[in-house]
Amino acid sequence: MTKEPANLLEDEGFSFLTCMQCGTCTGSCPSGRYTSLNTRRIVLSARRNKDVYHDDDLWMCTTCYQCQERCPRGIKIVDGILTLRAESVHLGVMLPAHRKVAELVMDKGHAVPINDANRANRKALGMDELPETVHKYPQALDHVKKLIKATGFDKLIEEAGEQE
Amino acid sequence: MKPVSLFLGCIIPNRYPGIEKATKIVLDELGVDWADLKGASCCPAPGVFRSFDKVTWLTLAARNIVLSEQMNRDVLTICNGCFGSLSDANHELKNDHSLVKKINKNLAEVNMEYSGTSDVRHIIEFFYKDIGVGKIKEAVTHPLDIKAALHYGCHLIKPSRERDLGTVENPVFFDELLEATGAKSVEYEDKMACCGAGGGVRSALLDKSLEMSNAKLLHMAQAGVDCIINACPFCHLQLDFGQVEIKDKFGHEYNIPVLHYSQLLAIAMGHSPESVGLDLNFIKKEEFMDKLGG
Repeated sequence: MTKEPANLLEDEGFSFLTCMQCGTCTGSCPSGRYTSLNTRRIVLSARRNKDVYHDDDLWMCTTCYQCQERCPRGIKIVDGILTLRAESVHLGVMLPAHRKVAELVMDKGHAVPINDANRANRKALGMDELPETVHKYPQALDHVKKLIKATGFDKLIEEAGEQE
Repeated sequence: MKPVSLFLGCIIPNRYPGIEKATKIVLDELGVDWADLKGASCCPAPGVFRSFDKVTWLTLAARNIVLSEQMNRDVLTICNGCFGSLSDANHELKNDHSLVKKINKNLAEVNMEYSGTSDVRHIIEFFYKDIGVGKIKEAVTHPLDIKAALHYGCHLIKPSRERDLGTVENPVFFDELLEATGAKSVEYEDKMACCGAGGGVRSALLDKSLEMSNAKLLHMAQAGVDCIINACPFCHLQLDFGQVEIKDKFGHEYNIPVLHYSQLLAIAMGHSPESVGLDLNFIKKEEFMDKLGG
């Protein structure tokens, strides 16, 4: 059964309950100037056990950590948001673009894999066409794929639903 | 100084290979004992993969670290995201034996074991702490007469609890390294602001992420800089290709060339801008290339 947000965060060691709603986090947030992300509200919603798992704003955080650095109570706000996001993904919420990023790593071992233009660019710079990464070592890519199976990540991504 | 293995990540080798080449040039010129980290994968990207499943994020990060442990080298990253991912994962694993047990159970599937014997470094803090500004300055043979907007990027310095790099509000260590090349680090409004790309925002909410970059670029342009210097290929992509996207979507044109610090340092060591891939950037400015070449 899904844990309620306040219990989840408490169990993970995030002291969201000590938040005094001063708003320093929200005032410091670069994303909040352009999006509806309001970190103070997310903290409040989580401690009141509102359904933050389906809150679109969770995905507007650039993880710049400015709120966390400035929080006068030392609350690990960004780490908490990442934990809430992960619970959200485990409940089947995943944006289509993020599913694609996950699939690229499952397939190629890279979130941004090589393409023809950059194979040519590498050669033009006098470099090998493929870098010394999983791109050049198929056995290493097999290892990555095995680990992804071992953690059940492939199934998690397969089962995560797509939001509009 | 412990030998290092070079962790390339995804964007550098696959989108901006000039940064990879420049990094290898400057490491050689500075006499650093480095080697390729063969068979490494995506770090995996901290903002997205940690958001999907923490155990998978830790397992894949641990595999990359173990590759370096097997070479008895520290991991050297050239990207803030890779640094954030690998150093945060390494820190968690070094401080939680039960977590190591869990991750090692996964790694056993590929006959690997995490032991916590390697540290994760970022090239900028490595240059600052292990090489030193003085030695960098000595290695500069072609001092650059340019004005630069320095972009630290978020994950180089934050979260600060494990970074040991001083203040996150007004850091100066990267400015000192920049000025060692002869360039002037120009102050601009909201210098420490995020580029807007991280946390999966660029991939899922492109327009919003570009609005954040646009604000940053506007402040840089207002300061009258010749170029932007960064230490993160994701910020690099956002600020370079982002200028093309911003022109297309919002109609603002900045035309400010973007360089990773490794590229700038290689040029200050006498290598041509073309040899470190500056002409492969989206934003190309002949006037600036001439300035560097001259």
